[in-house]
Amino acid sequence: MVLKTLEILGPLHGYAIAKRIEQISGNLLNVNQGTLYPLLLKLTQEGSIEAEWGASENNRKARFYRLTRAGRKQLQSEARSWGQTASIIERFFAVKARDLK
Amino acid sequence: MKHLWRLVRRCLSWTTSAQDEATLQAEIEEHIALQTADNLRGGLSPGEARRQALLKFGNVEAMKEIYRDQRGLPFMEALISDLGHAMRRMRKTPGFTATVILTLALGIGANVASFGVVDSILIRPLDYPHAGDLVSVRHAAPGMPAFGGSAGCTPSMYFTYREQNRTFEQFGVWNSAGASLTGAGEPEMPRALFVTYGVLDALGVKPLLGRWFSQGDDTPGSPETVMLAYGYWQSHFSGDRSIIGRTLTIDSRPHTVIGVMREDFRFPHDPQLLLPERFERSMQYLGPFNVGGIARLKPGVSMEQANADLGHMLGIWLNAWAPNPGLSLATFEDMRMAPALRPMKQEIVGDVGTALWVVMGTLGLVLLIACANVANLLLVRAEARHQELAIRAALGAGWKRIARELLVESMTLGVLGGAAGLGLAYMGLRFLAVDGPDTLPRLNEIGIDPLVLAFAVGVSLLSGALFGLIPVLKYAGSRAGIALRDSGRTFSQGRERHRARNTLVVVQVSLALVLLISSGLMVRTFQQLHRVEPGFTHPEEVLIMYSGVPEAIRQEPERVMRTENEILDRVAAIPGVTSVGFGSAAPLQGYLNGSNPVDAEDRKVREGQVPPNPQIRKIAPGYFKTLGTRILAGRDFTWDDLYAKHRVAIISENAAREWWGDPRAALGKHIREGGPKDPWREIVGVTQNVYDNGVQAAPPSFVYWPALMDKYIWAGDKGSGMPSGMYAIRSTRAGTQGLLTDAKQAIWSVNGRQPVFLVSTLKELYDQSMARTSFTLLMLAIAGGMALLLGIVGIYGVIAYLVSQRTREIGIRTALGAQPAGLLRMFLRQGLMLAGVGAALGLAVAAGLTRLMSSLLFGVTALDPVTYAAASVLLIAAAVLASYLPAQRAIAIDPVQALRSE
Repeated sequence: MVLKTLEILGPLHGYAIAKRIEQISGNLLNVNQGTLYPLLLKLTQEGSIEAEWGASENNRKARFYRLTRAGRKQLQSEARSWGQTASIIERFFAVKARDLK
Repeated sequence: MKHLWRLVRRCLSWTTSAQDEATLQAEIEEHIALQTADNLRGGLSPGEARRQALLKFGNVEAMKEIYRDQRGLPFMEALISDLGHAMRRMRKTPGFTATVILTLALGIGANVASFGVVDSILIRPLDYPHAGDLVSVRHAAPGMPAFGGSAGCTPSMYFTYREQNRTFEQFGVWNSAGASLTGAGEPEMPRALFVTYGVLDALGVKPLLGRWFSQGDDTPGSPETVMLAYGYWQSHFSGDRSIIGRTLTIDSRPHTVIGVMREDFRFPHDPQLLLPERFERSMQYLGPFNVGGIARLKPGVSMEQANADLGHMLGIWLNAWAPNPGLSLATFEDMRMAPALRPMKQEIVGDVGTALWVVMGTLGLVLLIACANVANLLLVRAEARHQELAIRAALGAGWKRIARELLVESMTLGVLGGAAGLGLAYMGLRFLAVDGPDTLPRLNEIGIDPLVLAFAVGVSLLSGALFGLIPVLKYAGSRAGIALRDSGRTFSQGRERHRARNTLVVVQVSLALVLLISSGLMVRTFQQLHRVEPGFTHPEEVLIMYSGVPEAIRQEPERVMRTENEILDRVAAIPGVTSVGFGSAAPLQGYLNGSNPVDAEDRKVREGQVPPNPQIRKIAPGYFKTLGTRILAGRDFTWDDLYAKHRVAIISENAAREWWGDPRAALGKHIREGGPKDPWREIVGVTQNVYDNGVQAAPPSFVYWPALMDKYIWAGDKGSGMPSGMYAIRSTRAGTQGLLTDAKQAIWSVNGRQPVFLVSTLKELYDQSMARTSFTLLMLAIAGGMALLLGIVGIYGVIAYLVSQRTREIGIRTALGAQPAGLLRMFLRQGLMLAGVGAALGLAVAAGLTRLMSSLLFGVTALDPVTYAAASVLLIAAAVLASYLPAQRAIAIDPVQALRSE
């Protein structure tokens, strides 16, 4: 989700990412925003995103996260595998008893 | 891949941790500020806006905790903090730390040094490319015991093997000798290596400058050539690169320098010059076995295949060449020659392995003792922290956490001790490489390489874990309740708490006894060796030197003899010289002379049997008197015997006994060397045996001929060395530069600056013959001494600790009327008990282990009762002393003080 958000919206700081996720999920995923940061750290360490300092909306220093090329690739592969998973699951739900006879 | 990246970043993160922390803090604050701003926009009051923002964010500290754990490697960080703790604790107790590190440094250093030696001599391959394919071509000769079970090659084999072999990529023969170098500075006799074509090619070491020997250099009649070893080129020609093409006068003939070997070129006897060995094919017979063979096996050829090939070629060789004049084909057939290839490394290393492994083993034991000692010290320290640890355990510290802390501490000590030990080992090896015994092969290759470093690190960590584990096992798992209760001051100490320390001391004592016994056995061996009459007296007073015979008179034996006679007269006139002798070689230098079959007139050797093969020396009158060899029967030669060419001989006692059963019976009997064409010579004297192969080996039998005979082959008939003779000079000034200069002047005033070489005192030759024994003895004595010291410290430590712990109890006992003598006995008994159990164990272990060193012993068995008893008594005495000192302190305790101090 973080990767996708960054892909669509370009570089964002932590708060903005949290807000977007909240927004996109329609406030369904209303978890503690704090848990976002360890996740960002993990992605940074894996090299999928990188961080740099920039100015936030209210003109204060904030860290902006940007998708790297490796991150883009990972997003694609994850999207693909999600697509697969989803389609499999979907097929399971779609199947009716008579289809199998 | 990305997981790897993550691991790397996590590992690196601790370097930036402070900065990261600040970044995180700033990020969180910004997040909350933005949320608060949004909330404000949503219409909340400023206070409420911030509160909601914080609520939404969740628990900041918990998040930070997770964040930190993810960022770095928490295990590593805890380890580092433990390390910091350990360092701090060590700094606070410098005395303890220094003791431990010093003990470990000695133990580890000794082991690393000895491993360095073992590694460079036994483990590391030789310094040649693909050294595993190099073999020394040797033969078993069960029918010829005089060869000592193994024979080298003959010049005729060189031709047969080169032409007929199917398994050698290269083959050549070599021979070490001296070669005189004149015309450049003082005449001298560098060590020369004579090689045929194929030797250098087999070794595969390229020259630094110029070229190798080609097949043409071997051909008799072609211009003579020479190569220089790197060291000789540096020291004598200061590394002048224009040396190639220059002409040197070697053995009175001009030789063109064609090349310089590389610095890392190594060969037995450390040659300084390399000369081509030239064999005249038409003049070769089956014998003599006077050259070494070296071959490089074709890739993929096994030792068995090569041996089979060699066996096949032996058959060809035996039929292709004629026996030497005077010997029958049967003599050679009866030698029952069989192939016995040896890896080149084994050839160079020889049988030094046993001694090295014994030394390595003993030093390993010393390290064990050192570890036991350190473990004991750590136990005492852990005891002091007993309560702290118990409280921590009670507060919920897991045993893993406590164990890790204790282990980190001991490993740190281990590593520090190891580092110090590595320093010691480095110094020790440097010393050994410079001053080590010459009998240690590959000495100049000794040093610290990565394998030795790895060994040092491994040993340090292992010993750290070893002595660290003991307190860990004892304390980390201790049940908090018992520990807390037990450490109250109203209790005497439970038996429980001493068991570990007592066990350690018993182990220490028993190992120390094993080492004492082994070094004791070596001391006894040394004593026995010195008790052997070597066949000469006061060797420190005898100067041995060799000099060449001038070219101009070499063909006239009589003139040579008169020249030598004049030299002897002049040397004898030097102040302080009591007598001089002249001969073909000194005692213990049989390798310069060799042996030959000798027949006795009235003792027929049955057909097909090999005649006795005594050492041959050619000597002038005064040889025996100068060396101090007693004449048991008959007389010495006279100058008249020499000049009148009387057919006389002197033999050694064992030769006389072998032939006639008694020295007196030998007088007047006749013997001859060589074949039927040689005349019989009458035995006029019998001398005591001379231990020519070192006192450890049985003395060979000897035949002495006059230095001048009707048919005279001058000394130097071995190899291509030049004719030369040995002067023995007995003087209390032997070994001084003054006497050497005087003697050189005396020699040069007569023979015109012939090189003087192989200068040494007889004592040096004698010591060299025992070098390996004394080296082992020294090492074992050091190990034994260290072990005894550590063992005593161990006992002392335990008893002293006992006394200090029981001060109160002793105070009460004294107050109740206990006698000092009784108290003293109590502690002494405790010390003796430990020592006694340890000694009993040690005796049993020693009986098993010393068998391994029996090949190093001489004149004593591995179970020598005297040594065992003496070592035990020494150890027990030391133990009594070690427990007496602290016990003395116990009875000096003033009961009032002891009780009040509570």
